[in-house]
Amino acid sequence: MLLWVAGFIILLVKLTIVLGVVLFLAGYLVWVERKFLARLQIRLGPNRAGPYGLLQPLADIVKMITKEDTVPDGADRAFFLLAPAVVASTAILMFSVVPFGNDITLLGQRVPLVVTDLNIGLLFVLALSSLSVYGVALGGWASNSKYGLLGGIRGAAQMISYELSLGLSLIPIVMMAHSFSMVEIVEAQKSYPFILFQPVAFLIFVVSAMAESKRIPFDLPEAENELVAGYHTEYSGMRFGLFFLGEYVHIMVFGGILAVLFLGGWRGPFLPPVVWLLIKIFLVALFMIWVRGTLPRLRYDQLMDLGWKVLIPLALINILVTGAVGLIVH
Amino acid sequence: MQPAAAGAMSPFHAGVFSLVVFTVLVMLFIASQLFLAAWLGEKKKSPEKSRPYECGIIPTGSASFRYPVPFYLVAIFFLIFDVEGAFILTWAVVYREVGLAGYAQMSFFILLLLAGLFYIWKQGGLDWKEAYNRADS
Repeated sequence: MLLWVAGFIILLVKLTIVLGVVLFLAGYLVWVERKFLARLQIRLGPNRAGPYGLLQPLADIVKMITKEDTVPDGADRAFFLLAPAVVASTAILMFSVVPFGNDITLLGQRVPLVVTDLNIGLLFVLALSSLSVYGVALGGWASNSKYGLLGGIRGAAQMISYELSLGLSLIPIVMMAHSFSMVEIVEAQKSYPFILFQPVAFLIFVVSAMAESKRIPFDLPEAENELVAGYHTEYSGMRFGLFFLGEYVHIMVFGGILAVLFLGGWRGPFLPPVVWLLIKIFLVALFMIWVRGTLPRLRYDQLMDLGWKVLIPLALINILVTGAVGLIVH
Repeated sequence: MQPAAAGAMSPFHAGVFSLVVFTVLVMLFIASQLFLAAWLGEKKKSPEKSRPYECGIIPTGSASFRYPVPFYLVAIFFLIFDVEGAFILTWAVVYREVGLAGYAQMSFFILLLLAGLFYIWKQGGLDWKEAYNRADS
């Protein structure tokens, strides 16, 4: 019993650290994005709150908490209030299957450095990423705003379309690792990262995951110059903040999952595993910001064509080729 | 998933228990943010403020308008392809065990899926421009 309590305290500390690090990094990712994007556009970016604007995330939180939380007339109150929480919580929960190191030993017990090692880990990620569609679609629908509804519908159609190529692009990884468990997928990349063997799956995954996160060049659900802010037009204060947090946590989760599936997870020479995972996440995030600073927005039919007419057939053919090569090699 | 064995409630086991605790922590965090916002936030209601934003123009008509049919089509295609994707996933974990016979059956299934995709493509189910033209005429 005493051991159980001690273990529970260790578990709580571990999970709180994970949650804290995820939220802290998501907050500072906002700063990194604003700063880096500003430099790409030959501006300075935030530079008033603290040195180099480093206190900007804190200032943003204080501001969002003290702003009024408005609910528009005729809105479906329950769904309107729930939608941002759905988006933020599904994004954070997706991080729970990302392993960040080997087991360590405390009190003579093995403490795994992962929140949860589900042996359906990959399906858990896909399921949560499907659930976040509800946040977008309901948030847009419930706000009784035409911009909101248009953004919500566009978002739902875009996210479910790219959900398909996302899921199909990961099947070759499952075939190579023989498991859905993220820990075992990292284990399977002991000698080489999967990106060397699955460059096509890697490309499909990157494009579909960027479309899932609804960022430029796939930001049609919130296209500013036609839909104001799309599905979160009517949101203010902390509820808008939760949508925002969800987006940045999503970038981090995307970096983490990309690292686990294709780049060997926490593996790397010299530095400790957690540092390697964070480096990989950071590089992926920088890449996404760079893309945002570089590419223009797609047209809606181009977006759908890319998903349905290019990525899905390519992913299916990739599965066939991987299966054939795998059987010949063995 | 691991069977609900001895380690199910053990805090040293990275299983469902750990996930439940993490979920509770996440919910507590989000609830705390919303509580703080409700407590410290500004509260001044006005009819101007709570009107849905349409660039300053007073909104006319209902916001729940009809939207183009292609969106429904996308939803239906998604259902079909997603269910079949789940079928491929179950094969992917054991593809070495089921060997050539399994691969032959699965490649037939995937080719059928591709044929279906090309069929709806040919039928114009994936066309967005067509739909807009139809709506115009």
